[in-house]
Amino acid sequence: MSMVRLSELAIGQQGIIGDMDAEGQFRQRLQSLGFRIGKEVRLIRQALFGGPLQVRVGSVNVMLRRCDAASIQIWAER
Amino acid sequence: MKRIALLGMPNTGKSTFFNRLTGASARIGNWPGITVDLLSARILLGADMVEVVDLPGFYDLHGFSEDEQVVRQFLQNNPIDLLCLIINATQIDQQLPLALQLRRLGLPTVAILNMADEAEQMGIRFDAAVLTAGLDSPVCFVSAKYGHGFSEARETLRQVLERNPPTNAAIQHTEFAADEALLAEAEKLVARSVSMPRVLEHGLTERIDRIVLHPILGIPLFFLALFFLFQAVYTLGGPLQDGMTWLLTTVHDQVLAHLQPILPGWLYGLLVEGVYDGLGTVASFVPIIVLFFLGMALIEDSGYLSRIAFLMDALMAKLGLDGRGFVMLMMGFGCNVPALLGTRVMRSRSLRLLTMLIIPFSLCSARLQVFVFLTTALFSSTQAPVVLFALYVVSFLTAFGTALLFKNRLPSREPLLIELPPYRLPTFKQVILRGWHEVHHFLSRASRFIIMGVVAIWLLTHLPPGVAVGGPQSLAGIFGSWLEPLLRPIGIDQQMAVVLLFGFVAKEIVLGAMAVIYGLEGDALSHLMAQRMDWVQAFSFMLFILIYTPCLSTVATLRSESKSLVFTGVSIVWSLGLAWVISFAFYQSARLLGY
Ligand SMILES: Nc1nc2c(ncn2[C@@H]2O[C@H](COP(=O)(O)OP(=O)(O)O)[C@@H](O)[C@H]2O)c(=O)[nH]1
Repeated sequence: MSMVRLSELAIGQQGIIGDMDAEGQFRQRLQSLGFRIGKEVRLIRQALFGGPLQVRVGSVNVMLRRCDAASIQIWAER
Repeated sequence: MKRIALLGMPNTGKSTFFNRLTGASARIGNWPGITVDLLSARILLGADMVEVVDLPGFYDLHGFSEDEQVVRQFLQNNPIDLLCLIINATQIDQQLPLALQLRRLGLPTVAILNMADEAEQMGIRFDAAVLTAGLDSPVCFVSAKYGHGFSEARETLRQVLERNPPTNAAIQHTEFAADEALLAEAEKLVARSVSMPRVLEHGLTERIDRIVLHPILGIPLFFLALFFLFQAVYTLGGPLQDGMTWLLTTVHDQVLAHLQPILPGWLYGLLVEGVYDGLGTVASFVPIIVLFFLGMALIEDSGYLSRIAFLMDALMAKLGLDGRGFVMLMMGFGCNVPALLGTRVMRSRSLRLLTMLIIPFSLCSARLQVFVFLTTALFSSTQAPVVLFALYVVSFLTAFGTALLFKNRLPSREPLLIELPPYRLPTFKQVILRGWHEVHHFLSRASRFIIMGVVAIWLLTHLPPGVAVGGPQSLAGIFGSWLEPLLRPIGIDQQMAVVLLFGFVAKEIVLGAMAVIYGLEGDALSHLMAQRMDWVQAFSFMLFILIYTPCLSTVATLRSESKSLVFTGVSIVWSLGLAWVISFAFYQSARLLGY
């Protein structure tokens, strides 16, 4: 297991949230949607032309941009 | 009177619950300490009248968004007897932290676990006793959409109200660290009181998403869906519209015509040729508009909108916007005003202003009426849909072009995080209610604007007494001649100039105004328009109608939402200027090319 950014996961890959380097509001939004340290996430897909990612946390699906996803560190198999 | 505050996260079914609880008797009101209007309604609970206030959906009592501040300020400034917290039972793990936060306010609380029907389908089970103890408040299970569990919920609300004196909330600005502790507590409580199937039955949503969000097919599929929506609206709406026109003409010829000998000439003119013909021309479009809104409601309630945001975000990012901006543009197809209000979810002011700047270019249903009328009158039945499609393309292009031009002045870098909820199939009743709501909205707009507008136009075209109707000596003719130098280069004559003047108030007036100015309605009006304008003039006129300021309500909303006169002014001047330039460019080059 090693730490990678959420934006670096491969499609279909999952991992455990290790750290969230997000600030105030964004962090709260993440939390209210279920992003917490220790939770399992999976990268479901990515939109065309460098578009946003679809990520699943628990039973919730969210979309977020690559650049924002980069602030979330994931423990994942290399 | 005792007061219940209804709150919860967005998309928990709070509005649905509120409407069912209050029987849709809500009114809008002002409240101390906050600047936005809130819906409230009075209901009978047991023997007492109780006031229910619907607060905006929010995620976190300590959050920074406008809605979160509104909730906080409301709670601090208004005595409340009972908090009614709506929780989406299918996402209870995400929502319990908020419940625990609210528990700290020390107000009597009832937790409503909504969407119990979906939770059951998904196989989620709850231990109500453990939840009640953990939250320190009674728990009710309801399905707001289907109306299950309401009598128990009402009874619980009544009992809790009876027991407690009113209080003000004591909001402590606790540290985030304390919130982290709440998260841990919530997690424990969920573990003890909720049993979820290990893998929730997301199967169907997932399968749909695999097609709908397909990397290559996703966007073409979206446009195909849009195309079919419009196709369905016109296929179904056409005959309905013909029926409506027939009905209106029949009433005119068989009933109202008999009034002509009875009423004084001017009164007959004002009532029948003014109000009736004006309103009737607009009313014949109601079926299409209703169908159109039903289609939009279907898309909106299904959960597809957030998928559209996903598909379009990459494109919108290049314009300095995000996927939500595209969704707002689409909402604007119905009416620009709610789309403008929808930008409240954006926290960055620049992003919000940029989005609000482009929404007025979205081809709303009021403009659609005008275009359907004119394209049917001036183009063949094979050309008309193409022309209409071209207008939608222009609508997008002007919106995107505006964003490109202004994005450097309004730069933003707002993190984007949107939930992609499971798909839902709206119920028949929901769809019908929605349709009724739109008809109601139309009728109330009609009474406010259209009647006033057509009466004013009738007066302008008939005064001073004795002049030729709408002729150069009438007031309308005089106004028209003032505007003429400006509008002649884009192919618009005096009479149509007056129409445009009134179109500034609301586009719903445009058709009514034409009916009044030419003293004709329905098919007769179409024929006349086809004689008075060639297609180049008509298209130039439609371009102008499409691009210039949509209506006074939009202007008022721009002003109240941006809280900036400068921004509102820029928006008006820009859209007027752009409308003129584009119509000019089109009209003159078409003429140069010999059309
Ligand atoms: N299945 C189900 N859907 C519901 C229920 N209550 C609301 N909904 C749906 O959830 C969506 C969001 O509801 P709405 O009242 O607009 O949520 P709000 O944002 O919290 O005001 C709508 O599509 C509703 O039809 C319910 O009890 N069961």
